Amino acid sequence: MRIILERRADPSKAMQFASPILAIVLSVIAFFVIFVVSGIDPLKALEVYFIEPLTAMWSIEDLIAKATPIILVAIGLCFCFRAGVWNIGAEGQLVAGAIAGSFVPIFFPDASGPLVLPAMLVLGMLGGMVYAAIPAVLKTRFGTNEILTSLMLVYVAQLFLDWLARGPWRNPAGHNFPDSRTFTDGQLMPTLPGTEIFLSFPAAILIAIAAWFVMRYTRFGFQIRVLGQAPRAGLFAGFSHPRMVMASFLISGALAGLAGICEAAGPIGQLRTSVSPGYGFTAIIVAFLGRLNPVGAVFAGLLLGLSYMGGEGAQIALGVSSQTTRVFQGILLFFVLVCDTFIIYRPRLAHAPARAAHPAAR
Amino acid sequence: MLESILLTVITAATPLIFAAIGELVAERSGVLNLGVEGMMAMGAVAGFAAAHVTGNPMIGVLAAIVAGVVMAALFGIVTLVFVANQVASGLALTLFGLGLSGLIGDSFVGIPGVSVPSLNIPGLTDLPIVGRVIFGLDPLTYLAIALTIGVSWFLFRTRGGLVLRAVGDSHGSAHTLGYDVIRVRFLAVLFGGACAGVGGAYLSLVYTPQWTEAMTAGRGWIALALVVFGTWLPLRVFIGAIVFGGVSILQLHAQAFGIGIPSQFLSALPYLTTIVVLVIISRNRVLVSTNTPAALGQSFVPDR
Repeated sequence: MRIILERRADPSKAMQFASPILAIVLSVIAFFVIFVVSGIDPLKALEVYFIEPLTAMWSIEDLIAKATPIILVAIGLCFCFRAGVWNIGAEGQLVAGAIAGSFVPIFFPDASGPLVLPAMLVLGMLGGMVYAAIPAVLKTRFGTNEILTSLMLVYVAQLFLDWLARGPWRNPAGHNFPDSRTFTDGQLMPTLPGTEIFLSFPAAILIAIAAWFVMRYTRFGFQIRVLGQAPRAGLFAGFSHPRMVMASFLISGALAGLAGICEAAGPIGQLRTSVSPGYGFTAIIVAFLGRLNPVGAVFAGLLLGLSYMGGEGAQIALGVSSQTTRVFQGILLFFVLVCDTFIIYRPRLAHAPARAAHPAAR
Repeated sequence: MLESILLTVITAATPLIFAAIGELVAERSGVLNLGVEGMMAMGAVAGFAAAHVTGNPMIGVLAAIVAGVVMAALFGIVTLVFVANQVASGLALTLFGLGLSGLIGDSFVGIPGVSVPSLNIPGLTDLPIVGRVIFGLDPLTYLAIALTIGVSWFLFRTRGGLVLRAVGDSHGSAHTLGYDVIRVRFLAVLFGGACAGVGGAYLSLVYTPQWTEAMTAGRGWIALALVVFGTWLPLRVFIGAIVFGGVSILQLHAQAFGIGIPSQFLSALPYLTTIVVLVIISRNRVLVSTNTPAALGQSFVPDR
C-alpha cells in the first residue's frame, strides 16, 4: 500500500485556507503524544503552553514583545522565499542590525532628542542590509550557494556580538557583566500609552500591510512571484534574476536589522552577548505558516510568540526543558509543508504497487 | 608534538567525514537534506545515552545509527512521499533535531561519558611518529576511511551507484527506464541519516566524551559545505574534511597559546573559511557543473 499524489486541476482554494489550520491542529496532537510519552500530564501541559500565556495582561504584552521581531523578520523572508531565494541567515542580519543601531547609544551615551531613536532604527536597517548583501553579492557574482553562506554568517555575527559585549562595548561601570551600558530614555522604543506594548508592534503590522500591497499590486511584487514560481518564464519576460536576488535579500536584511535594533532598544534596553533566542530561525517557520503572505505572517508570528511563552511557562510549571519550544516549532514546520502539498495534490491510497516490483528486469 | 597535532586533526575531521559522505550519497540521488545538523545532534545524544546506560560505546554507535535513520526517515516521508520543499523541510529537521536532542539530553548534562577505546597493537602502535597516527586511532576513524573508499567504489564502479546517480541527474529519465525513483532516494536519504548519526556519536563518544546541548556547533552545516567543496566526489570531500579539521585545531591551538587575537575571532575562523572556500569553488563553474547532480533539490511526482 502506498500513497499516490494526483495533481489537482486547479490549486484547492479550500486547502489554501485550511492548510495552516490543519497543520496547527496536527502539531498540537503530535505535541500531546510527546507529552504522554514523556510522562507529563498532556492536558495540563497544553494548558500551560497555549492557554495560560493568554490569561494575564502582562503575559499578553510579553507575547506581543516576542512576536514583534519574529513578524518583522518573517515579512522580509516572504519576499525571499517567494522569489526562490533561500536567505536562512536572518538571525545573523538581526544581530548585525542590533549592533549597527547601537552605535549611537554606545558612542554618544548622552544623545537625546526626537531624532536619536529614528537614527538608531535607520542604522539598524542599514546594518542588516549590508550584512544581507554579502550572501546576495556572492550569489549573484560567483553563484555561491546562499543557503550555506547566509547561515555561516549567523555564527560569525553572533561571535562578533559576543566579543563586542564582553570587550570594547562592555559597560565600564557594569561590574564586569558582559553587557553594554543601558540605553537611556530617548534611545528606547516608546510603548503604547498605558501598556507595555512597544510601538514596534503596530509598526510591524503597518509594514506587513504595506508589504502585502507591494507583493500583490506592484510590478516589483509580480516579478518576485513570477521568478519564484516560473524562473524561465520570468527570464523570457526580461526580468533580471540577479536584481531580484539582491532586492529580496536587501528587503529581508533591512527588516531583520530593524527587528534587531527594536529588540536592543525595546525589551532588552542594551546590547548583550545575545539579543535573540533564535527569532531569525523561527521567522522561517512563520513565513511558511503564513503561506508567504506578509499579513499571514502577523498571525503566524503571534502563534509562534505564544510557543516561546509556553516554553518558558512549561519550564517553570512542569520542569521540562525550554527546548520543547523548538521541538514544537520543528514539528509545526513539517506539518505546514506537508499540508501545503495538498493544495496542489490530492492524496490517494493505492493498494497495488504502481509498477512492477523488479524494474531492472528487462 | 607533530604526532599529537596530527591526531587531533584526524579526530576533528572524522565527524565531518561521516556526515559529509552520508550527505553526498543523498545529494547524488538528487535530495538536498539540510537536516544534517539535527540528525548529528540526535546521533550524539542517542549515542551518549545508550553508551551511558549499557556501558558499551559500540551499542552507543548503533543507537546513533538508529536515531539518524529515524530522523532521515521522517525527512524522507515529508519530502519524498509528500513532496514538501526540501530546503524548508531540512531546516525543520534541524530545528526539530536540535530541540529534541536538548530535551532528551537534559538529564545527561554534566555526566562523564563512555569513550570508544583506541586501537592498540603492541609494537606497531609504539612506532615513533607514525605509530599512533596509523595504528593507534579509534575504530570509528578507520570506519570513516573505509566508508569513503566504499562509497566511492559504489557510486562509480557498481550498477547500483550508476542507478543512484542517474536518479539524481534526471529523475524523469530514470523513471521512464523503470527505476523506482522514490525508493532509490529514500534509501540514499536513510544512508545519509545513518552516517550523520555516527558522525554525531563520534562527537559525544570520542571527540569530547560527554553531552552538552547543541554540541554539534554547526558541524552539520560545515559538512553540507564540504559536499560542495568536494564537488560531490568522496575523495575530495575526505580531503576537505581533513583541511577543515586542521583549521578548527589551528584555532584551538592559537587560543591555547593566547596570541593577541580575541577568541571569538578565532572561533569564527572555520565559518569564514567555509565561506571563502565556497566562493572559490563556485567561481569555477566547470568544476562545479560537471559533478553537481542535475536534479538536486527537485521533487519528483511520477506522472501516469
